[in-house]
Amino acid sequence: MSEILNVIMTIKPILGALLCLIGAGLAVIGTVGVLRFPDFYTRLHAASVTDTGAATIAIVGMALLAPSWLIVFKLAAIWLFLFLTGPTGSHALANAAHTAGLQPVIGRQRDRAGESDSEEAS
Amino acid sequence: MGYFLGLIVVLGALWLGLSGMFKPLLLTLSVISILISILLAARLNTVDREGVPYARTPNLFLYWGWLVIEIFKANWPVIRACVSADLDINPALVKVKTRCESDLAKTIFANSITLTPGTVTVEVEGDKLLVHALFEESATPDAFTEMDERSWRAADGRQAGKTTQVKA
Amino acid sequence: MIGAAAIALIVAIALMLIRALRGPTLYDRVLAVNSLGTKIVLFIGILGFVLGRPDFLDIAVLYALINFVSTIAILKFFRYRSFQVPLMRRTVARQTQPEGDDV
Repeated sequence: MSEILNVIMTIKPILGALLCLIGAGLAVIGTVGVLRFPDFYTRLHAASVTDTGAATIAIVGMALLAPSWLIVFKLAAIWLFLFLTGPTGSHALANAAHTAGLQPVIGRQRDRAGESDSEEAS
Repeated sequence: MGYFLGLIVVLGALWLGLSGMFKPLLLTLSVISILISILLAARLNTVDREGVPYARTPNLFLYWGWLVIEIFKANWPVIRACVSADLDINPALVKVKTRCESDLAKTIFANSITLTPGTVTVEVEGDKLLVHALFEESATPDAFTEMDERSWRAADGRQAGKTTQVKA
Repeated sequence: MIGAAAIALIVAIALMLIRALRGPTLYDRVLAVNSLGTKIVLFIGILGFVLGRPDFLDIAVLYALINFVSTIAILKFFRYRSFQVPLMRRTVARQTQPEGDDV
Protein backbone atom coordinates (compact mmCIF):
# COMPACT_ATOMS: atom_id res chain seq x y z
CA MET A 1 0.00 0.00 0.00
CA SER A 2 2.80 2.40 0.87
CA GLU A 3 4.47 1.57 -2.43
CA ILE A 4 1.46 2.84 -4.32
CA LEU A 5 1.58 5.98 -2.19
CA ASN A 6 5.27 6.37 -2.98
CA VAL A 7 4.62 6.07 -6.69
CA ILE A 8 1.88 8.69 -6.45
CA MET A 9 4.13 11.04 -4.48
CA THR A 10 6.94 10.73 -7.02
CA ILE A 11 4.68 11.13 -10.05
CA LYS A 12 2.76 14.10 -8.67
CA PRO A 13 5.36 16.87 -9.23
CA ILE A 14 6.13 15.61 -12.73
CA LEU A 15 2.45 15.53 -13.64
CA GLY A 16 1.94 18.99 -12.16
CA ALA A 17 4.82 20.49 -14.11
CA LEU A 18 3.59 18.77 -17.29
CA LEU A 19 0.10 20.22 -16.83
CA CYS A 20 1.60 23.70 -16.26
CA LEU A 21 3.56 23.31 -19.50
CA ILE A 22 0.42 22.22 -21.40
CA GLY A 23 -1.46 25.22 -20.04
CA ALA A 24 1.31 27.60 -21.10
CA GLY A 25 1.31 25.97 -24.54
CA LEU A 26 -2.44 26.56 -24.82
CA ALA A 27 -1.85 30.20 -23.88
CA VAL A 28 0.66 30.52 -26.74
CA ILE A 29 -1.83 28.87 -29.13
CA GLY A 30 -4.56 31.28 -28.09
CA THR A 31 -2.21 34.21 -28.64
CA VAL A 32 -1.32 32.94 -32.10
CA GLY A 33 -5.04 32.77 -32.84
CA VAL A 34 -5.50 36.35 -31.66
CA LEU A 35 -2.70 37.44 -33.96
CA ARG A 36 -4.01 35.52 -36.98
CA PHE A 37 -7.77 35.90 -37.02
CA PRO A 38 -9.12 38.57 -39.34
CA ASP A 39 -11.74 40.33 -37.25
CA PHE A 40 -12.38 41.57 -33.73
CA TYR A 41 -15.21 39.13 -32.98
CA THR A 42 -13.21 36.11 -34.10
CA ARG A 43 -10.24 37.24 -32.03
CA LEU A 44 -12.56 37.17 -29.03
CA HIS A 45 -13.04 33.42 -29.52
CA ALA A 46 -9.30 32.83 -29.66
CA ALA A 47 -8.81 34.82 -26.47
CA SER A 48 -11.45 32.74 -24.67
CA VAL A 49 -9.31 29.63 -25.20
CA THR A 50 -6.72 31.26 -22.94
CA ASP A 51 -9.33 32.30 -20.42
CA THR A 52 -10.85 28.83 -19.99
CA GLY A 53 -8.69 25.95 -21.14
CA ALA A 54 -5.22 27.30 -20.45
CA ALA A 55 -6.16 28.78 -17.07
CA THR A 56 -7.89 25.59 -15.88
CA ILE A 57 -5.08 23.25 -16.91
CA ALA A 58 -2.31 25.46 -15.53
CA ILE A 59 -4.13 25.95 -12.22
CA VAL A 60 -4.74 22.20 -11.85
CA GLY A 61 -1.02 21.67 -12.49
CA MET A 62 -0.08 24.25 -9.88
CA ALA A 63 -2.49 22.62 -7.41
CA LEU A 64 -0.65 19.32 -7.89
CA LEU A 65 2.62 21.12 -7.08
CA ALA A 66 1.24 22.93 -4.03
CA PRO A 67 2.83 22.13 -0.65
CA SER A 68 -0.25 22.84 1.51
CA TRP A 69 -4.02 23.01 1.35
CA LEU A 70 -3.95 26.78 1.85
CA ILE A 71 -2.27 27.17 -1.54
CA VAL A 72 -4.90 24.93 -3.12
CA PHE A 73 -7.62 27.15 -1.68
CA LYS A 74 -5.97 30.27 -3.12
CA LEU A 75 -5.68 28.57 -6.51
CA ALA A 76 -9.36 27.63 -6.36
CA ALA A 77 -10.19 31.26 -5.57
CA ILE A 78 -8.17 32.46 -8.57
CA TRP A 79 -9.92 29.89 -10.80
CA LEU A 80 -13.33 31.00 -9.57
CA PHE A 81 -12.50 34.68 -10.14
CA LEU A 82 -11.23 33.98 -13.65
CA PHE A 83 -14.30 31.94 -14.52
CA LEU A 84 -16.71 34.52 -13.16
CA THR A 85 -15.03 37.62 -14.58
CA GLY A 86 -13.83 36.26 -17.91
CA PRO A 87 -17.20 35.91 -19.66
CA THR A 88 -18.44 39.17 -18.16
CA GLY A 89 -15.49 41.02 -19.64
CA SER A 90 -15.87 39.29 -23.01
CA HIS A 91 -19.57 40.08 -23.14
CA ALA A 92 -18.95 43.71 -22.18
CA LEU A 93 -16.38 43.99 -24.96
CA ALA A 94 -18.60 42.36 -27.58
CA ASN A 95 -21.61 44.40 -26.52
CA ALA A 96 -19.65 47.68 -26.59
CA ALA A 97 -18.25 46.90 -30.04
CA HIS A 98 -21.71 45.92 -31.34
CA THR A 99 -23.32 49.04 -29.89
CA ALA A 100 -20.61 51.21 -31.42
CA GLY A 101 -21.47 49.72 -34.81
CA LEU A 102 -18.50 47.48 -35.52
CA GLN A 103 -19.70 45.03 -38.17
CA PRO A 104 -18.54 41.41 -37.92
CA VAL A 105 -17.15 39.51 -40.88
CA ILE A 106 -19.73 36.89 -41.89
CA GLY A 107 -19.26 33.81 -44.04
CA ARG A 108 -16.51 31.37 -44.80
CA GLN A 109 -13.04 32.83 -44.62
CA ARG A 110 -10.14 31.32 -46.48
CA ASP A 111 -6.66 32.73 -46.20
CA ARG A 112 -4.83 33.29 -49.46
CA ALA A 113 -1.54 33.01 -47.57
CA GLY A 114 -2.67 29.49 -46.62
CA GLU A 115 -2.61 28.39 -50.25
CA SER A 116 0.99 29.49 -50.67
CA ASP A 117 1.76 27.65 -47.45
CA SER A 118 0.22 24.45 -48.77
CA GLU A 119 2.16 24.86 -52.01
CA GLU A 120 5.35 25.12 -50.08
CA ALA A 121 4.41 22.09 -48.07
CA SER A 122 3.64 19.95 -51.10
CA MET B 1 -31.95 38.07 7.13
CA GLY B 2 -30.84 34.69 5.79
CA TYR B 3 -29.11 36.47 2.96
CA PHE B 4 -26.97 38.41 5.44
CA LEU B 5 -26.06 35.20 7.26
CA GLY B 6 -25.01 33.54 4.01
CA LEU B 7 -22.91 36.55 3.06
CA ILE B 8 -21.20 36.58 6.48
CA VAL B 9 -20.37 32.86 6.28
CA VAL B 10 -18.96 33.16 2.75
CA LEU B 11 -16.88 36.24 3.54
CA GLY B 12 -15.51 34.65 6.71
CA ALA B 13 -14.56 31.49 4.83
CA LEU B 14 -12.84 33.61 2.20
CA TRP B 15 -10.87 35.54 4.80
CA LEU B 16 -9.77 32.39 6.67
CA GLY B 17 -8.80 30.64 3.45
CA LEU B 18 -6.77 33.55 2.14
CA SER B 19 -4.95 34.38 5.38
CA GLY B 20 -4.70 31.03 7.17
CA MET B 21 -3.63 32.57 10.49
CA PHE B 22 -5.56 32.51 13.76
CA LYS B 23 -3.94 35.28 15.81
CA PRO B 24 -6.42 37.42 17.82
CA LEU B 25 -5.37 40.65 16.10
CA LEU B 26 -6.02 39.21 12.62
CA LEU B 27 -9.37 37.76 13.70
CA THR B 28 -10.44 41.18 15.00
CA LEU B 29 -9.41 42.80 11.75
CA SER B 30 -11.36 40.15 9.83
CA VAL B 31 -14.52 40.88 11.80
CA ILE B 32 -14.14 44.63 11.14
CA SER B 33 -13.56 44.16 7.42
CA ILE B 34 -16.51 41.77 7.06
CA LEU B 35 -18.76 44.29 8.81
CA ILE B 36 -17.59 47.06 6.48
CA SER B 37 -18.24 44.89 3.40
CA ILE B 38 -21.71 43.99 4.59
CA LEU B 39 -22.56 47.62 5.30
CA LEU B 40 -21.40 48.58 1.81
CA ALA B 41 -23.38 45.74 0.23
CA ALA B 42 -26.51 46.72 2.16
CA ARG B 43 -26.08 50.31 1.10
CA LEU B 44 -25.79 49.22 -2.55
CA ASN B 45 -29.04 47.19 -2.22
CA THR B 46 -27.35 44.09 -3.58
CA VAL B 47 -28.17 41.73 -0.69
CA ASP B 48 -31.10 39.89 -2.21
CA ARG B 49 -31.87 36.67 -4.09
CA GLU B 50 -29.60 37.58 -7.00
CA GLY B 51 -26.69 39.00 -5.05
CA VAL B 52 -26.45 36.10 -2.60
CA PRO B 53 -27.41 32.96 -4.54
CA TYR B 54 -25.94 30.53 -2.03
CA ALA B 55 -29.20 28.75 -1.29
CA ARG B 56 -28.99 27.08 -4.69
CA THR B 57 -25.32 26.12 -4.37
CA PRO B 58 -25.68 22.32 -4.93
CA ASN B 59 -27.67 22.87 -8.12
CA LEU B 60 -25.17 25.44 -9.33
CA PHE B 61 -22.23 23.15 -8.62
CA LEU B 62 -23.84 20.30 -10.53
CA TYR B 63 -24.37 22.65 -13.46
CA TRP B 64 -20.79 23.90 -13.09
CA GLY B 65 -19.34 20.40 -13.39
CA TRP B 66 -21.33 19.71 -16.53
CA LEU B 67 -20.28 23.06 -17.98
CA VAL B 68 -16.54 22.46 -17.44
CA ILE B 69 -16.70 19.20 -19.41
CA GLU B 70 -18.65 20.97 -22.15
CA ILE B 71 -16.05 23.77 -22.26
CA PHE B 72 -13.22 21.30 -22.71
CA LYS B 73 -15.07 19.61 -25.57
CA ALA B 74 -15.65 23.00 -27.23
CA ASN B 75 -12.00 24.05 -26.85
CA TRP B 76 -10.78 21.52 -29.37
CA PRO B 77 -12.13 22.94 -32.68
CA VAL B 78 -11.02 26.45 -31.75
CA ILE B 79 -7.48 25.26 -30.96
CA ARG B 80 -7.40 23.40 -34.28
CA ALA B 81 -8.55 26.53 -36.10
CA CYS B 82 -5.80 28.54 -34.38
CA VAL B 83 -2.91 26.30 -35.35
CA SER B 84 -3.99 24.89 -38.72
CA ALA B 85 -1.88 26.09 -41.64
CA ASP B 86 -4.64 27.71 -43.68
CA LEU B 87 -7.32 29.81 -42.06
CA ASP B 88 -10.65 28.00 -42.30
CA ILE B 89 -13.39 29.58 -40.20
CA ASN B 90 -17.03 30.38 -40.81
CA PRO B 91 -18.21 33.15 -38.48
CA ALA B 92 -21.91 33.88 -38.17
CA LEU B 93 -24.42 35.78 -36.06
CA VAL B 94 -27.35 33.68 -34.85
CA LYS B 95 -30.36 34.45 -32.68
CA VAL B 96 -31.08 32.08 -29.80
CA LYS B 97 -34.33 31.94 -27.90
CA THR B 98 -34.23 31.06 -24.23
CA ARG B 99 -36.82 29.78 -21.78
CA CYS B 100 -35.11 31.37 -18.79
CA GLU B 101 -37.21 34.04 -17.11
CA SER B 102 -35.44 35.41 -14.08
CA ASP B 103 -32.43 37.65 -14.51
CA LEU B 104 -30.17 35.21 -12.68
CA ALA B 105 -31.03 32.32 -15.01
CA LYS B 106 -30.56 34.52 -18.05
CA THR B 107 -27.21 35.69 -16.74
CA ILE B 108 -26.08 32.13 -16.14
CA PHE B 109 -27.17 31.05 -19.61
CA ALA B 110 -25.53 34.00 -21.39
CA ASN B 111 -22.33 33.62 -19.39
CA SER B 112 -22.20 29.91 -20.18
CA ILE B 113 -22.49 30.67 -23.89
CA THR B 114 -19.72 33.24 -23.61
CA LEU B 115 -17.53 30.94 -21.53
CA THR B 116 -17.70 28.20 -24.14
CA PRO B 117 -14.98 28.90 -26.70
CA GLY B 118 -16.41 29.43 -30.16
CA THR B 119 -19.56 31.29 -29.12
CA VAL B 120 -19.97 34.77 -27.62
CA THR B 121 -23.19 36.45 -26.51
CA VAL B 122 -23.27 39.87 -28.13
CA GLU B 123 -26.58 41.20 -26.95
CA VAL B 124 -29.51 40.22 -24.73
CA GLU B 125 -32.97 41.63 -25.39
CA GLY B 126 -35.96 40.09 -23.67
CA ASP B 127 -35.76 36.34 -24.17
CA LYS B 128 -33.65 36.48 -27.33
CA LEU B 129 -29.89 36.34 -27.36
CA LEU B 130 -27.68 37.47 -30.23
CA VAL B 131 -24.78 35.03 -30.44
CA HIS B 132 -21.64 35.34 -32.53
CA ALA B 133 -20.19 31.93 -33.42
CA LEU B 134 -16.85 31.00 -34.91
CA PHE B 135 -18.30 28.07 -36.88
CA GLU B 136 -21.79 28.44 -38.26
CA GLU B 137 -22.37 24.69 -38.46
CA SER B 138 -21.80 24.29 -34.70
CA ALA B 139 -24.24 27.06 -33.75
CA THR B 140 -27.61 25.72 -34.81
CA PRO B 141 -30.43 26.59 -32.38
CA ASP B 142 -30.59 22.94 -31.28
CA ALA B 143 -27.04 23.14 -29.97
CA PHE B 144 -28.09 25.46 -27.17
CA THR B 145 -31.27 23.75 -25.98
CA GLU B 146 -29.57 21.43 -23.50
CA MET B 147 -27.55 24.25 -21.96
CA ASP B 148 -30.70 26.36 -21.81
CA GLU B 149 -32.64 23.61 -20.08
CA ARG B 150 -29.88 22.91 -17.57
CA SER B 151 -29.27 26.54 -16.66
CA TRP B 152 -33.00 27.10 -16.24
CA ARG B 153 -33.20 24.10 -13.90
CA ALA B 154 -30.10 25.21 -11.96
CA ALA B 155 -31.21 28.79 -11.39
CA ASP B 156 -34.98 28.82 -10.98
CA GLY B 157 -36.28 25.30 -11.44
CA ARG B 158 -37.95 25.03 -8.06
CA GLN B 159 -39.56 28.43 -7.91
CA ALA B 160 -40.92 28.53 -11.41
CA GLY B 161 -44.29 29.38 -9.92
CA LYS B 162 -43.37 32.73 -8.40
CA THR B 163 -41.22 34.28 -11.08
CA THR B 164 -40.18 37.83 -10.41
CA GLN B 165 -41.44 40.61 -12.58
CA VAL B 166 -38.33 42.78 -12.31
CA LYS B 167 -37.11 43.38 -15.84
CA ALA B 168 -34.26 45.56 -16.96
CA MET C 1 10.05 21.75 -16.79
CA ILE C 2 8.05 24.37 -14.91
CA GLY C 3 10.65 26.94 -15.92
CA ALA C 4 9.81 26.09 -19.53
CA ALA C 5 6.17 26.84 -18.74
CA ALA C 6 7.16 30.27 -17.40
CA ILE C 7 9.21 30.99 -20.53
CA ALA C 8 6.30 29.92 -22.76
CA LEU C 9 4.02 32.32 -20.89
CA ILE C 10 6.56 35.13 -21.41
CA VAL C 11 6.50 34.36 -25.14
CA ALA C 12 2.69 34.46 -25.11
CA ILE C 13 2.74 37.81 -23.30
CA ALA C 14 5.20 39.26 -25.80
CA LEU C 15 3.10 38.09 -28.75
CA MET C 16 -0.03 39.53 -27.18
CA LEU C 17 1.74 42.89 -26.78
CA ILE C 18 2.13 42.99 -30.56
CA ARG C 19 -1.66 42.79 -30.92
CA ALA C 20 -2.10 45.44 -28.25
CA LEU C 21 0.22 47.81 -30.09
CA ARG C 22 -1.00 47.07 -33.63
CA GLY C 23 -4.72 46.47 -33.06
CA PRO C 24 -6.70 48.38 -35.66
CA THR C 25 -9.63 49.27 -33.41
CA LEU C 26 -9.91 50.27 -29.78
CA TYR C 27 -11.68 47.02 -28.90
CA ASP C 28 -8.79 44.93 -30.17
CA ARG C 29 -6.49 46.76 -27.82
CA VAL C 30 -8.81 46.34 -24.84
CA LEU C 31 -9.21 42.64 -25.66
CA ALA C 32 -5.43 42.26 -25.89
CA VAL C 33 -4.90 43.99 -22.55
CA ASN C 34 -7.60 41.87 -20.89
CA SER C 35 -6.15 38.63 -22.21
CA LEU C 36 -2.67 39.86 -21.26
CA GLY C 37 -3.92 40.26 -17.70
CA THR C 38 -5.10 36.62 -17.58
CA LYS C 39 -1.72 35.44 -18.80
CA ILE C 40 0.06 37.63 -16.25
CA VAL C 41 -2.04 36.10 -13.47
CA LEU C 42 -0.97 32.62 -14.57
CA PHE C 43 2.64 33.80 -14.93
CA ILE C 44 2.75 35.26 -11.41
CA GLY C 45 1.45 31.97 -10.01
CA ILE C 46 3.95 29.86 -11.93
CA LEU C 47 6.77 32.27 -11.02
CA GLY C 48 5.92 31.70 -7.35
CA PHE C 49 6.40 27.96 -7.81
CA VAL C 50 9.62 28.44 -9.79
CA LEU C 51 11.12 30.58 -7.03
CA GLY C 52 9.76 28.26 -4.32
CA ARG C 53 7.62 30.99 -2.74
CA PRO C 54 3.94 30.23 -3.37
CA ASP C 55 2.98 33.40 -1.46
CA PHE C 56 3.04 35.08 -4.85
CA LEU C 57 -0.48 33.71 -5.30
CA ASP C 58 -1.85 36.57 -3.17
CA ILE C 59 -0.56 39.00 -5.77
CA ALA C 60 -2.15 36.84 -8.46
CA VAL C 61 -5.57 37.05 -6.77
CA LEU C 62 -5.27 40.82 -6.54
CA TYR C 63 -4.17 41.09 -10.17
CA ALA C 64 -7.13 39.04 -11.36
CA LEU C 65 -9.57 41.36 -9.58
CA ILE C 66 -7.92 44.60 -10.72
CA ASN C 67 -7.71 43.32 -14.28
CA PHE C 68 -11.47 42.81 -14.46
CA VAL C 69 -12.28 46.17 -12.88
CA SER C 70 -9.93 48.03 -15.22
CA THR C 71 -11.45 46.39 -18.31
CA ILE C 72 -14.96 47.34 -17.29
CA ALA C 73 -13.87 50.87 -16.36
CA ILE C 74 -12.17 51.46 -19.73
CA LEU C 75 -15.19 50.14 -21.64
CA LYS C 76 -17.58 52.24 -19.60
CA PHE C 77 -15.51 55.36 -20.17
CA PHE C 78 -15.36 54.86 -23.93
CA ARG C 79 -19.06 54.12 -24.14
CA TYR C 80 -20.40 57.02 -22.08
CA ARG C 81 -17.33 59.30 -22.04
CA SER C 82 -17.86 59.68 -18.31
CA PHE C 83 -17.60 57.68 -15.12
CA GLN C 84 -20.67 59.33 -13.60
CA VAL C 85 -23.33 57.38 -15.52
CA PRO C 86 -24.96 54.48 -13.63
CA LEU C 87 -24.46 51.11 -15.31
CA MET C 88 -27.80 49.68 -14.22
CA ARG C 89 -31.01 51.31 -15.41
CA ARG C 90 -33.42 49.68 -13.01
CA THR C 91 -33.85 52.28 -10.34
CA VAL C 92 -37.58 52.62 -11.05
CA ALA C 93 -38.27 48.92 -10.50
CA ARG C 94 -36.13 48.97 -7.38
CA GLN C 95 -38.15 51.64 -5.61
CA THR C 96 -40.87 49.28 -4.42
CA GLN C 97 -38.87 46.61 -2.67
CA PRO C 98 -41.27 44.34 -0.79
CA GLU C 99 -38.91 42.99 1.87
CA GLY C 100 -37.65 45.91 3.94
CA ASP C 101 -34.78 44.59 5.98
CA ASP C 102 -34.07 46.28 9.30
CA VAL C 103 -30.71 47.70 8.41
